[in-house]
Amino acid sequence: MGHQQQDVYYVPSKSYWPIVAAVSMFVTVYGAAHWLNSQPGDSSAFGKPMFWVGFAMILGMFFGWFRSVIRESMAGSYNGQVDRSFRMGMMWFIFSEVMFFGAFFGALFYARIFSVPWLGGEGHGVLTHQFVWQGYEASWGANGGGGPQKIGGSFQTIAAWGLPLLNTLILLSSGVTITIAHHALKAGHRKALLIGLGATVLLGCGFLWFQAHEYAEAYEHFNLTLGSGVYGATFFMLTGFHGLHVTLGTIMLAIIWIRCAKGHFTKDDHFGFEAVAWYWHFVDVVWLALFLFVYVL
Amino acid sequence: MAHAATHDHDHHGAPKGFFQRWVMSTNHKDIGTLYLIFSLTMFFIGGAFAMVIRAELFKPGMQLVQPYFFNEMTTMHALVMIFGAIMPAFVGLANWMVPLMVGAPDMALPRMNNLSFWILPFAFFMLLSTLFMPGGGPAGGWTMYPPLSLQGESVAYVIFAIHLMGISSIMGAINIIATILNMRAPGMDLLKMPVFVWSWLITAFLLIAVMPVLAGAVTMLLTDKYFHTNFFNAAGGGDPVLFQHIFWFFGHPEVYIMILPAFGIISEIIPTFARKPIFGYRAMVFAIASIAFLSFIVWAHHMFAVGLPMGAEIFFMYATMLIAVPTGVKVFNWVSTMWGGSMTFETPMLFSIAFVILFTIGGFSGLMLALAPADFQYHDTYFVVAHFHYVLVTGAAFSIMAAAYYWIPKWSGHMYSETWGKIHFWSSVISVNVLFFPQHFLGLAGMPRRIPDYNVAFANFNMISSIGGFWFGASQLIFLGVIIHCVFFSKKKAADRSWEGAKGLEWTVPSPAPFHTFDVPPVIHDDELAHGNTDH
Amino acid sequence: MTSGGIGRSVSAWAAGAMALFGGEAWANPVPNQMNMTQGVSEWSPYAMHMVALWVCVVIGVIVFGAMFIAMFRFRKSRGAVAEKWAHSTKLEIVWTVVPVIILIFLANLATGGLTTFADTTGADMTIKITGYQWKWRYDYVDYKGKGVDKVGFVSKLEESSDRTRQLKSNLDPDKIQVDGYNTYLLDVDKPLVVPVGVKIRFIIVGGDVIHSWWVPALGWKMDAIPGIANAAWTKIKEPGVYRGQCAELCGQDHGFMPIVVKAVPKAEFEQWLATQEDEAKIQKAAQTAQNAPAPVPQG
Ligand code: HEA
Ligand code: HEA
Ligand code: CUA
Ligand SMILES: [Cu+2]
Repeated sequence: MGHQQQDVYYVPSKSYWPIVAAVSMFVTVYGAAHWLNSQPGDSSAFGKPMFWVGFAMILGMFFGWFRSVIRESMAGSYNGQVDRSFRMGMMWFIFSEVMFFGAFFGALFYARIFSVPWLGGEGHGVLTHQFVWQGYEASWGANGGGGPQKIGGSFQTIAAWGLPLLNTLILLSSGVTITIAHHALKAGHRKALLIGLGATVLLGCGFLWFQAHEYAEAYEHFNLTLGSGVYGATFFMLTGFHGLHVTLGTIMLAIIWIRCAKGHFTKDDHFGFEAVAWYWHFVDVVWLALFLFVYVL
Repeated sequence: MAHAATHDHDHHGAPKGFFQRWVMSTNHKDIGTLYLIFSLTMFFIGGAFAMVIRAELFKPGMQLVQPYFFNEMTTMHALVMIFGAIMPAFVGLANWMVPLMVGAPDMALPRMNNLSFWILPFAFFMLLSTLFMPGGGPAGGWTMYPPLSLQGESVAYVIFAIHLMGISSIMGAINIIATILNMRAPGMDLLKMPVFVWSWLITAFLLIAVMPVLAGAVTMLLTDKYFHTNFFNAAGGGDPVLFQHIFWFFGHPEVYIMILPAFGIISEIIPTFARKPIFGYRAMVFAIASIAFLSFIVWAHHMFAVGLPMGAEIFFMYATMLIAVPTGVKVFNWVSTMWGGSMTFETPMLFSIAFVILFTIGGFSGLMLALAPADFQYHDTYFVVAHFHYVLVTGAAFSIMAAAYYWIPKWSGHMYSETWGKIHFWSSVISVNVLFFPQHFLGLAGMPRRIPDYNVAFANFNMISSIGGFWFGASQLIFLGVIIHCVFFSKKKAADRSWEGAKGLEWTVPSPAPFHTFDVPPVIHDDELAHGNTDH
Repeated sequence: MTSGGIGRSVSAWAAGAMALFGGEAWANPVPNQMNMTQGVSEWSPYAMHMVALWVCVVIGVIVFGAMFIAMFRFRKSRGAVAEKWAHSTKLEIVWTVVPVIILIFLANLATGGLTTFADTTGADMTIKITGYQWKWRYDYVDYKGKGVDKVGFVSKLEESSDRTRQLKSNLDPDKIQVDGYNTYLLDVDKPLVVPVGVKIRFIIVGGDVIHSWWVPALGWKMDAIPGIANAAWTKIKEPGVYRGQCAELCGQDHGFMPIVVKAVPKAEFEQWLATQEDEAKIQKAAQTAQNAPAPVPQG
């Protein structure tokens, strides 16, 4: 950046990536919807392949779109104003993600504070308890937390101070390593940058590995599944969406690592790096909330 | 395509190829046009569904469609009108006008802008295609309350379509925020921006805050249906009412998303034709912000009859009533803007005046609905239907029509036919009241909404309403005619400042606005601005 | 007029209101009816509705009046010259404060009404209502402090309406009449029988999807949610037949699940209840316990 005067506007050229993106998204979700509705063994079901084709198209689209943006950026086409627009874009995108998680946290709080106690006859729920769910004693988590009909059977919950704690520590330290990398980038220490960022990627992978382990344990030993009443629903949806975000974040980190290795970023021009770092911090903060409200409390 | 060293500024007008120009566009004006055409198409499709509803309700007895299909029509009508017609129309107007009004060359993120648009046709193709599927389309109402909405096979298609619309809206909103905050010409201070720009800035925040919540809500529907979760199942510790809370946390701000830009438009048009600056500029901006804030804490007024704890009913009732105060400020300020002016009554002004009166009537019925004990009677009756069509049709849709008449000279370079514009107006404004006013009576007399057939006691007003409906629908064909005539056939050239009293940067560029405007930031003269900070 | 905290304070308002709207105590919808029924229950939001309506009408007259005066006086064609002012702090304060005061008045009324409505204590009778796609089930739980023995039945759209409402049946809805009153889609095979002058508590739940139990003459509707029980009450003042409908979209036949409440004098009701209990006992021998089915879990 900085090639151009601040007071000359930059308008990017036409691009076919948006329409490619729109088509790929459509192919993906249409396939997914069809897949969800098809009966097992139905030979005419095109949903599954369509979904995967769409998915591959999305990956290709991201690759292509970002490549052209990176090239333009490297060629110095963008000015400070474009940079600010990108920053705002990323910030408000992250805010929208916060609200998305908010919906699921809302469901969690509602279930814990209102619906489960009410079903157990507390406060506003006396009549429900008398007339519909006689004998149900409300409790959150473990046996009975699945709701009055114990849908999904009895289950055990994951103890906070085992794997989840470990994962908390992992994510917290990854927050530190990425900050180290950022400082290194700003100070022009290439090696420290690559090591810090590399460590962050590895920590991200570690987190995912442990989470996979935790899920396997939940399903195999604790009978804690997505169908374990509202406990299982909120547990897996919250941690699952978070895990998905960690996966995305880790991939983004890995790409940024490659770009760092290629020397794409300079001391004062590295929006791509910062965007990923913000995203990573966001994922981090969501985890802290999860750790507190899903595991500890 | 973009390759390394181009800074393709496209200085030389629109690209030649059709595909290049309309599908690969990065131009805010072309994308705005696409949005507007799309939303008009959707308005007609949604309107056609409404005509099916009104035809079936023309008289007692089932004459035309099966009850299930009727419910599909109701559901689709609302989804298409809200997400397909009204919202994209406002985004289209923002695309066209916001850069022109703040002196920017384009939107902040032009390629994402194009993506925001192009997602929509696919989303609606997917949504509408469910009507042709063996199991039929969604028929649980646009509010999609479980467990009912989980019955049927179209659930996944509808939910993914909503996800796509949400992604489109969020990207559109991000773009508008970045444009307004980052692309203003030097000297265009925040408090000198036109009220329309302000209204969109605030609307965009609402969008980013609530569209993801809707996405979350429908995602939970999806997993409840296909992946055994129990969010909305009491037997599993969930609660069907939980969905309603999450949905209306989105849904109530959503209705303000559909009215705040309308407020902005009206605040541009009335000063122009009153030839007098908007009264109380700061109060207008502040009122929009307060309405937006309050919209987050009133959602359960849609749920007064679900059996909330009394404390909650009281809280939501008070908070809802409070919204009348900033909205009242707006209404009074519009009237004061007219007071002492020098008014003429061209079509945009006529629609704006109708807006103020009819929206206020809709607001009044809203206030009555806000009284929880009275809502025990009103809820889920045609009184509610009358309420929201007054605010949505004579509110949001009228404001869009006003905006179209107001800015079409700038877009097309031609004047529309004033005579036919006025015919469209009078035909619409009379018929729309024939259509929706009797629905108040129906609701009060006890006719529930979302029913395909009714007792003969409701026959007369339903027939009147249906006649008004067909008449109003047919009137919109005039609108279409006026637009087509103006764009393609009108001989009357529009002046750069198409209206005598018009102020603001958009009137300083030629008509039609050239493909590229403000390549270099304009020099801003405060007296040129619509409002500036006139009320010290 | 109503009681329960909202009626008294506003009877003056409502009297004026009734002068204009006729204010009949419609028990059931009548052709060309334009206003809400006053209802037959002790609690009714009718008075509050009228107050709110008149408040809106008055504000509307003022606001629209001012607009029309402005449109007449300040038109260019009459040579009006635009003034320059665009602000007045004094005015803006006035039109912020005055609405607030009006709203406080309305909120106060509504809060009173709400408090009375929410109080389901002291009921002499309990009836459990369960909504199904597309019928209602009524179970008498207790009466005068005593449990009722297995009195319960399903109530659904009566047969002639059901035939008429089929697509292209070519049957005339006007023909469906009971006592000279058109009951198309508003009549059931077995009405809910209740006594007048008794505070009845309703326990309302959904059996499959959400429904909403609504009889306008009783003044409220309450959602029937699967797995969650709601409560509401009524105390009917006059004997009569009161009709209503399901008021929450519940699938294809949502428009065809009416409600009929037959309010009878206490003695008559007690007699009716006794016969029902006897019948239930006889049936019990033949049929094994047919209690109210528990709500069917979704999914
Ligand atoms: C553009 C859309 C829009 C707008 C602006 C509004 C505005 C308002 N709405 Fe509306 N509403 C809807 C769209 C909208 N609504 C929709 C779509 C539904 C139904 C959804 C569904 O179920 O499908 C609905 C339903 C709805 C309900 C639920 C009804 C029910 O289902 O039982 C309620 C209840 O409180 C309500 C209240 C209000 C209020 C208080 C306002 C206020 O904002 C109005 C404020 C305005 C004024 C009051 C007029 C101007 C003010 C003055 C002149 C000042 C002086 C006035 C006084 C002091 C009275 N609305
Ligand atoms: C912005 C939103 C919007 C708009 C613009 C409209 C516009 C209209 N709506 Fe609506 N409506 C909703 C939002 C909207 N509506 C919502 C949210 C619901 C609730 C849904 C639910 O319960 O889930 C609803 C529900 C609803 C109902 C209640 C259905 C029910 O409860 O079962 C009815 C019934 O009369 C109705 C009628 C109409 C009519 C006649 C118009 C007219 O204004 C439409 C006019 C337009 C046209 C007609 C199209 C243009 C012309 C042609 C296509 C030419 C051909 C026509 C002729 C020659 C006649 N709508
Ligand atoms: Cu039952 Cu509607
Ligand atoms: Cu609302």
